[in-house]
Amino acid sequence: MKYSIFSLARAALSGHKNWPRTWRDAQPKSHYDVVIIGGGGHGLATAYFLAHKYGIRNVAVLEKGWIGSGNAGRNTTIVRSNYMLPGNTGFYELSMKLWERMEQDLNYNTMMSQRGIVNLYHSDAQRDAYARRGNVMRINGIDAELLDQAQVRKMMPFLNFDNARFPIQGGLLQRRAGTARHDAVVWGYAHAGDRLGVDIIQNCEVTGFTRDQNGKVTGVETSRGAIGAGKVGMAVAGNSSRVAAMAGMRLPIESHVLQAFVSEAIKPLIPGVLTFGAGHFYVSQSDKGGLVFGGDIDGYNSYAQRGNMPVMEDVCEGGMALMPMIGRVRLLRQWGGIMDMSMDGTPIIDRTPIDGLYLNAGWCYGGFKATPGSGLVFAHLIATDTPHEEAKRFRLDRFQRGAMIDEKGVGAQPNLH
Amino acid sequence: MRIACPFCGERENGEFTYLGDAKPKRPAMVAIDGGAGAPGEAEAFYDYVYLRDNFAGEMSEYWYHGGGCRSWLVIERNTLTHDIKSVRAAPGAGAAKAGAK
Repeated sequence: MKYSIFSLARAALSGHKNWPRTWRDAQPKSHYDVVIIGGGGHGLATAYFLAHKYGIRNVAVLEKGWIGSGNAGRNTTIVRSNYMLPGNTGFYELSMKLWERMEQDLNYNTMMSQRGIVNLYHSDAQRDAYARRGNVMRINGIDAELLDQAQVRKMMPFLNFDNARFPIQGGLLQRRAGTARHDAVVWGYAHAGDRLGVDIIQNCEVTGFTRDQNGKVTGVETSRGAIGAGKVGMAVAGNSSRVAAMAGMRLPIESHVLQAFVSEAIKPLIPGVLTFGAGHFYVSQSDKGGLVFGGDIDGYNSYAQRGNMPVMEDVCEGGMALMPMIGRVRLLRQWGGIMDMSMDGTPIIDRTPIDGLYLNAGWCYGGFKATPGSGLVFAHLIATDTPHEEAKRFRLDRFQRGAMIDEKGVGAQPNLH
Repeated sequence: MRIACPFCGERENGEFTYLGDAKPKRPAMVAIDGGAGAPGEAEAFYDYVYLRDNFAGEMSEYWYHGGGCRSWLVIERNTLTHDIKSVRAAPGAGAAKAGAK
């Protein structure tokens, strides 16, 4: 159904007891034009754009658990496009523009809130680096403002500006950045894709690929039987290496655990998203009032979806250095998600050497903000067999060609510690 | 996750730094070492530097006890559960260097 003020009024009159399903619980058919493995934000967005923009509606999204149960439900919901290197800048701005119209496109309230992000700087050199980043953004038509200390103080007076080791000198502000509701993004794409005919099949784990005599992928084996496919797209970040191994591929990726934290709810404190420039700590405040924050990966290979104490301590130390009163707030929840850490810290969206198999992987720390952009460019790749203009550098063979995109030098092995 | 260092006893994992999979061996790079270079050399090096098994299950890994005895260790650990099966000293001083096993 289409949601509107009228559907809301109608449902209210019957006590909200007669809402229809947001999307169908589809049974697998024997064959689809395109099968997407992975019912997270990226997989569902890909299916939506295939149906909406590229006219391919015979599409299935296969999810081993329930949709949004992987990293789509384990992130810190931040949306931004403050990237500097060619390849990243345009892609993340494409994604940002899709975020800005997502609710209208999907007919779903994703609670997109453009409250801004401030990346703090703590030295003259860091100010210069941020000024350069801001200039690159502005040349590319992206909003960026360099703030001095007085301007940051006005926005966030609670910060520890006079920290003896890392005094806050100012920050780089992107006003259009912000947060969105992660579950709503998943359900929004499921809702919109479903209305266009996409089958969303849950509890359907892919266990292998079927290939013809030329090696072309002709479908997938699943826990619910074999499903034929003209093309197969993988959007299973965190587990990309495991799925790729079923097709005999090794990837330039390590899986690592990244933790995130939520405090008890407090009154409105932090206006937008805030990042510490001298350590790895970032924080925003959810609509419910909890402080949502995180930092570094734990630093060892893991598929366990839980982390360890040293990184919790490190993250909390970053928070204490930036805003000492955070120490009075109790930690409510903590969780870990499994990141595809690519070797240069940048995603891979490309065809694979195997005919009929397409790869969307390597999102490192930053998959959530890329959700709509990733869906659009991956759908473009699958539908046309050519990379989208804004994703033409996210190639699988870039390591072999020496064409890495090391935006922050943060891959699996940053060796910065 | 706590790691029982064979020299220092059981310590919290914050004292240790991770290097990664202990299986890959550095291939010979004759071209760089002044030779003519063998066919497939660049591919072998690409494989060694960038590609990973990224194994889900038990794998042997190099860890460095920087917060303790500063020894290189080889740890068999399950990446699905974080359970540690064995910890032993990496053979030879500087065992992570080329060719060590």
